[in-house]
Amino acid sequence: MKTIKVSVVTPDGPVYESDVEMVSTKAQSGELGILPGHIPMVAPLQIGAVRLKKEGNMEFIAVSGGFLEVRPDQVTILAQSAETASEIDVERALRAKERAEQRMRDQKAEHIDFRRAELALQRAINRLAVSERRML
Amino acid sequence: MASLRDIKNSINSTKKMSQITKAMEMTSAAKWNRGVMNAKAFVPYMEKIQEVTASIAIGSGGVNHPMLQHRPVKKTGYIVMTSDRGLAGAFNSNVIRRVHQAIQSRHKSNDEFAIIAIGRVARDFFVKRGMNVILEIVGISDQPNFESIKDITSATVGMFTDETFDELYIYYNHYHSAISQEVSEKKLLPLSDLSSSHKLISYEFEPSAEEILEVLLPQYAESLIYGALLDSKASEHAARMTAMRNATDNAKEMIKNYSLIYNRARQAAITQEIAEIVGGAAALE
Repeated sequence: MKTIKVSVVTPDGPVYESDVEMVSTKAQSGELGILPGHIPMVAPLQIGAVRLKKEGNMEFIAVSGGFLEVRPDQVTILAQSAETASEIDVERALRAKERAEQRMRDQKAEHIDFRRAELALQRAINRLAVSERRML
Repeated sequence: MASLRDIKNSINSTKKMSQITKAMEMTSAAKWNRGVMNAKAFVPYMEKIQEVTASIAIGSGGVNHPMLQHRPVKKTGYIVMTSDRGLAGAFNSNVIRRVHQAIQSRHKSNDEFAIIAIGRVARDFFVKRGMNVILEIVGISDQPNFESIKDITSATVGMFTDETFDELYIYYNHYHSAISQEVSEKKLLPLSDLSSSHKLISYEFEPSAEEILEVLLPQYAESLIYGALLDSKASEHAARMTAMRNATDNAKEMIKNYSLIYNRARQAAITQEIAEIVGGAAALE
């Protein structure tokens, strides 16, 4: 089967690099699936999971604040933070989730910290989801 | 002339000091290693984001984004990166001198510029002189990760967007090698030198070039600041390592000199004692 090279890079270093059969993820305009030979494309990503199909298995990577750059033979995901399922610190994500929820209860909805807490909550939930799917 | 005991004391205290500087040199060496590794790990991200930004900004021609536009300059922002602690040779003073000179020559009053001070040394310097410090950041870890400094970078980029200042310069020590660091001055915003060594590719944009730039450019600017910070951290530890090595060497040199004086004084004392004994014996005969 044809494969496409995927690399996930963050400011703290490369996170993932491999050849996969399909990349699917959530871009800001909606769900997106990429197969080998896709036309060059750039799209911003939502906070969410990147699913990589490799030899019939699914691998999950949690990304936030990211971009997807597609070339015919290569997909690059540029994210401000990204973790593979096994790298996720579940404890930390749980703590972050609680903290964010607490903050959202304290702040008024139009406050800038509220938006920030909302994003933090999204990131925490995303991490937890990604880490769990691996355990299943 | 100093007494024997005084010299002995000087030798001991210098020895103690050289032990400390030696230890500091070694901790700095370890941190320097990590710092250089961090800076290296960042390179792929930087290259990639630069490439993509350049292809979009140049490739799609007529896009207009506030971060690409030069507007009349009413206020200039300066990011100054120093360390929190001293004992790093000329590391901090070089940067501060350069910024101070630049500000003195370009601006007449406090309203024309704003300083973002990173590191305790820069903050203390500019606050003490009553210069306009609008943001101060101290206590950044020696191995910063992107998450921990994201607030700083987005606040800074935000200040450009809401027109707190109309252009932004960054001053930091660029890391060349373990023994050479150089103060580097860069104009960060508005983004100007967007070019790529790679061949530009024409992309499909999802949803549109403008909307992508909206998200991409702030991230690009933030990563430039982060890159400078990593560079500066690597330089700081290299500078401290060199400074401490010099201090250790100097201490060794001093110990050598003191030992020489000490031995000479001891010999003189012995000679004098013998002379006295001989003189005493001669007087008895």
